[in-house]
Amino acid sequence: MSIDILMPALSPTMTEGTLAKWLVKEGDSVSSGDVIAEIETDKATMEVEAVDEGVIAKIVVGEGSENVAVNSVIAVLAEEDEDASSVSAGASAPAAPISRAATPEAATPEAVAPAASVSAAPASPAPEAEAEWDGPTKTLSVREALRDAMAEEMRSNDQVFLMGEEVAEYNGAYKVSQGLLDEFGSKRVIDTPITEQGFTGIAVGAAFMGLRPIVEFMTFNFAMQAIDQIINSAAKTLYMSGGQIKSPIVFRGANGAASRVAAQHSQCYGSWYSHIPGLHVVSPCSPADAKGLLKSAIRSETPVVFLENELLYGDTGEVPDSDDWTVPIGKAKIVRQGSDVTITAFSIMVKKALAAADALAEQGISAEVIDLRSLRPLDTETILASVRKTNRIVTCEEGWGQSGIGAEISARVMEQAFDYLDAPVTRVYGEDVPMPYAANLEQLALPQAEHIVEAAKAVCYK
Amino acid sequence: MPTFADNGDGGCARKILLKAIAKALHMTHSNADDYLRMYRQMVRIRTFEDNANQLYLSAKMPGLTHMYSGEEAVAVGICEALKTSDKITSTHRGHGHCVAKGADFKEMFCELLGKEEGYCRGKGGSMHIADQSNGNLGANAIVGGSMGIATGAAFSAKLLGKDDVAVCFFGDGATAQGLMYEVMNMAALWKLPVIYACENNGYSEYTRTDEIAAGSITARAEAFGIEAFQVDGQDVLAVNDLSQKLVERCRKGEGPFFIELMTYRYHGHHVGDINREYYRSKSEEKDWRENRDPITRFRAWLVEEGIASEEEIEAMNAAIKADASEAVEYALNAKYPDASEVDMHVFTDVEHALA
Repeated sequence: MSIDILMPALSPTMTEGTLAKWLVKEGDSVSSGDVIAEIETDKATMEVEAVDEGVIAKIVVGEGSENVAVNSVIAVLAEEDEDASSVSAGASAPAAPISRAATPEAATPEAVAPAASVSAAPASPAPEAEAEWDGPTKTLSVREALRDAMAEEMRSNDQVFLMGEEVAEYNGAYKVSQGLLDEFGSKRVIDTPITEQGFTGIAVGAAFMGLRPIVEFMTFNFAMQAIDQIINSAAKTLYMSGGQIKSPIVFRGANGAASRVAAQHSQCYGSWYSHIPGLHVVSPCSPADAKGLLKSAIRSETPVVFLENELLYGDTGEVPDSDDWTVPIGKAKIVRQGSDVTITAFSIMVKKALAAADALAEQGISAEVIDLRSLRPLDTETILASVRKTNRIVTCEEGWGQSGIGAEISARVMEQAFDYLDAPVTRVYGEDVPMPYAANLEQLALPQAEHIVEAAKAVCYK
Repeated sequence: MPTFADNGDGGCARKILLKAIAKALHMTHSNADDYLRMYRQMVRIRTFEDNANQLYLSAKMPGLTHMYSGEEAVAVGICEALKTSDKITSTHRGHGHCVAKGADFKEMFCELLGKEEGYCRGKGGSMHIADQSNGNLGANAIVGGSMGIATGAAFSAKLLGKDDVAVCFFGDGATAQGLMYEVMNMAALWKLPVIYACENNGYSEYTRTDEIAAGSITARAEAFGIEAFQVDGQDVLAVNDLSQKLVERCRKGEGPFFIELMTYRYHGHHVGDINREYYRSKSEEKDWRENRDPITRFRAWLVEEGIASEEEIEAMNAAIKADASEAVEYALNAKYPDASEVDMHVFTDVEHALA
């Protein structure tokens, strides 16, 4: 049986090429791997290797032929025991030239339409807000609330474990894991070397196996070492594997600027991680939200990036005193009702937004403050409902403005509540510089309550 | 070890001796079925790759693909020492690992062609193929990217008190990635049941390994106190024998281990890498293909040992070829994923992320 030698596709984009040179002639014997021709594309000159053994029975496309389509027959090979002279061109099924552009991948536009659709902002299910708590509470710091969340979940599920630098013997660099080693032992509270990419990779592997790791980054600045594991492995594998492999894992630690630790230790990663489909990102402010969201994160089958703030660890507040109490991921919380302007914030900026709202009240402006709590899924509905009421919105974040959370909110409000706006969406964010060290400069680089006040007054035209 | 290049006078005494050595070395694999299965799996990989190569060259397969041809004894020698519940992680050159760990042609070709019946529903492709049912945690297309995952699988086995072992396949090129050193350090500290299997095919993409790796590869592992071995990766029995011993030792808590498997990739770095003479010579390629091919060598040994006749082997090869053709045909005609699939499996708790 004769075998057609086809014009090969030597790159993902090649559709045609020039048959520059034949290195064999009719009647020559070739074996697998022999170079038989050279072809040229606009990018390179490449050799064509024989795939099968046999005798070149006929050269169909001559030297110098241009625009030879991929998959067209360029020669015919007769097998060793065959009479080469009896073979005619295209004796086996003539291969219709197929260009890559015409492959069915490209011919199914409906398969891409949803992703390209303008209104397809990353959707989130609208979770029910947590039930109003009228049971007993206790006063806890954010630090204690986080510890209690981990301890309760570790008690109820032996698949949960904590891993990170100094989390066990030292009780955590910020003492968040206080007492966990004593209660759960070194098998489940694991000190690692200073090796973020390594222990994150190990934890992701453990999550693939069905365990529920909590990875503590001493601060999220160091998670940059591990970001490939978080994004390429934890966030994408469910999709890449067609739903076969889940990664129920929590990445938690201090995020954002602390005090006077300068550029490499002061950065908000909220917008970075919220960019990634496959991740959930939360960043609470209050002790009650810290506990309720961390419990939800540990129970989630989706990888969760849990952004804490060093300056909030010591803040205290009332926390529902129950193992069953959780806060849903993806649900913002209105922390102050108002009617004139909506202010969104997360993490430490919620405190500044509330301070700004107090100052605004003194000037006769009623501000509604929304604690986003979750950055992905972002609770667009709560934001839009507030904007429909106040007709104005100021977004606040500590991170840089470009491609930030405020930029995303601005786009969604414009797309979905344009007609309700009485003023442009206005953003308050960190100055577009690496964090300076000097105290006065650091103050200048960080967004302050007065910036929020100014922005709110501006959108109220006051 | 059995001598494959046994072209000498080959007296009866020598054959008996060879058999005795083989038997002694393969206490747990001392029957013909195991040898034949190893042969069959190697031919299945070669046949799979020949077909994948053709699909790519004929523009029926999209993207990028990297052929495993020439390295079959590595994946098969190791995976034949594993149970289904043992885990592997794989690389961009991962079809061989996937076949060796038990995957079926049909689902694999469907995945390569982006069809709904593929192992990953057509959403992973050649470089991300995963087969959870057989313990393949997936190919990772970031060089060295799966080293943490394999180590984490071993960590899980230890935490849960299971005797499962994890094998991390990676190439010589990945030894330049920092992750390897980070996870070997912890694996050694925590005595994890993981085997780091470095497939040294002599080239890191388009560069000779000795130009990208200073010093010895095995010494890297030894620096962490990890026992390291170098083995002829073209000799499936040698690979399997070593793997069986190390897997058993891992199950007893004696891991981790490191193996450098000396092997060769017949094709370029990827299918389109045709002009290779600037980084390796055709005579070198010819020498490996003609004198060190793992399938040819093992086939000769099987015949010499009387384990299979030439006719039986030819029949086996033909059956595998027919299987592959049938699977390719099936995959070519299989349906693409439904458009609704585009936003599925983004989050576990949302069926359609864009809904």
